[in-house]
Amino acid sequence: MEGNIGDLGQYIGVGLTAIGMGGAAIGVGNVAGNFLAGALRNPSAAAGQTATLFIGMAFAEALGIFSFLVALLLMFAV
Amino acid sequence: MISLLEVAATVAADEYTESVASSVAYGESETATGLPQLDLSTFGNQIFWLIISLLVLYWVVAKIALPRIGAVLSDRQGAITGDLMAAEEFKLKAKEAEAAYDKALADARAEAGKIVAANRAEIQKDLDAAIAHADAEIAARASESEGRIRQIRDSADSDARDVARDVAAELVRAFGGTTDQAAIDQAVDRRMKGVLQ
Amino acid sequence: MATEAQGEATDLSFHPMDQFIVRPLFSDGPVHWYTPTNVTLWLFLIVLATLGLLVLGTRGRAIVPTRGQSIAEMAYGLVHKMVSDIAGKDGLKYFPYVMTLFMFIVFANFLGLLPMAFTVTSHIAVTGVLALSVFLTVTAIGFIKNGAHFLDLFWVRSAPLAIRPVLAVIEVISYFVRPVSHSIRLAGNMIAGHAVIKVFAGFAAIAAVAPVAIVAVVGMYAFEILVAFIQAYVFTILTCVYLKDALHPSH
Repeated sequence: MEGNIGDLGQYIGVGLTAIGMGGAAIGVGNVAGNFLAGALRNPSAAAGQTATLFIGMAFAEALGIFSFLVALLLMFAV
Repeated sequence: MISLLEVAATVAADEYTESVASSVAYGESETATGLPQLDLSTFGNQIFWLIISLLVLYWVVAKIALPRIGAVLSDRQGAITGDLMAAEEFKLKAKEAEAAYDKALADARAEAGKIVAANRAEIQKDLDAAIAHADAEIAARASESEGRIRQIRDSADSDARDVARDVAAELVRAFGGTTDQAAIDQAVDRRMKGVLQ
Repeated sequence: MATEAQGEATDLSFHPMDQFIVRPLFSDGPVHWYTPTNVTLWLFLIVLATLGLLVLGTRGRAIVPTRGQSIAEMAYGLVHKMVSDIAGKDGLKYFPYVMTLFMFIVFANFLGLLPMAFTVTSHIAVTGVLALSVFLTVTAIGFIKNGAHFLDLFWVRSAPLAIRPVLAVIEVISYFVRPVSHSIRLAGNMIAGHAVIKVFAGFAAIAAVAPVAIVAVVGMYAFEILVAFIQAYVFTILTCVYLKDALHPSH
């Protein structure tokens, strides 16, 4: 178990950054769940809002992807 | 972001010199030490080929593919509306044909009714005539028969009276009486009145 | 068991990022800007596949479509509806551009899922060019169509006057972050999916967990097929949204 303390910090940082993706997962789930709840209440209006659903999911997911990117950069590029 | 890219660039530059140095051992066994996505030395290559392929793709899509698909779709729309209109026309025609059929049927029915009525009237007339004829004949025959019956009865009556007078006269003569023809006739008539009625 | 796995794990070597390396096709050596590389090969295949679907597939021009033609028509209908629904009727002028982007990304993502394939959309350089081209085009359209009116996009008239400057700063920042998020979303999704599949595949070297690893790879692969389409869809739909902002900048 010998190693560089810098590597240790790097890996801990990568792990912490990856938690951010969990936030994005919660966000995407929230978007989809609320869409489903609304769609079940008013199914006739649901079809016209799928584009909005995907836009919302994309925005929520983008932030998770940012944290994934930071994790990748920490892991490989730093 | 900029600082990250700078870091990546320095890393990529290091790697680049490394890979050039070990270019003899280039091949499948090569592994990425950094992110290949941030290897700035390949950016020019990727962007160059990407722009070329995008231009080609845009030209093909805009000049050939989309007009063609659009034309096919509008053709199909036209064909569908044309077919729908034709179907509507056919439906109208079918309705007309049905009306004509119904009318012909009603006409035929009325005609048949008329013919039946006419025939019935004719037959009735014939029947009436025949019945009248038969009635007349029956009446004639009946009166004739009645006449004959009466004749027969009359003749039978007078015959019986003659026989009775003769028998009565003979009987009186046989018992030794005088035969008063008038008295005998009177008696016979008196007796016969009760019998022959 | 645990010690055995531990012992084998030290032999394991994961190289999830190797699949993204840009290599020259014909020679070993440095990658110049003109060198035919695996990127070039797969770009070429993408163009070929799009040609095959959109041009070869529809060569019959049939009223009753064949299988290929109905797929091409479905793609046409999907993008056409997207553009006309979101960007409006006057956005249909840019329909070929949006369609090109959609077909390119769809085929890049799907061809990238083939084993041993190279995913061009997993490279920031590629998605960056796509996103920047959208950004520049949309900004140019916005200024040409609306002139200075285009700046209304940043001046939220429905908000109280006091907080409008703050909102304007936020709007400007979010406007300039658009190409970044637009490109990194696509590339990040592709990198993540392919790297995760590669990591799971690496675990298959341990006999004890190989079945689990294979099931995981199959599951991830199915998920990646979904993601491949959804990311292309999302990229296109966001392009339409940006186009709408450029054509009708008032909130």
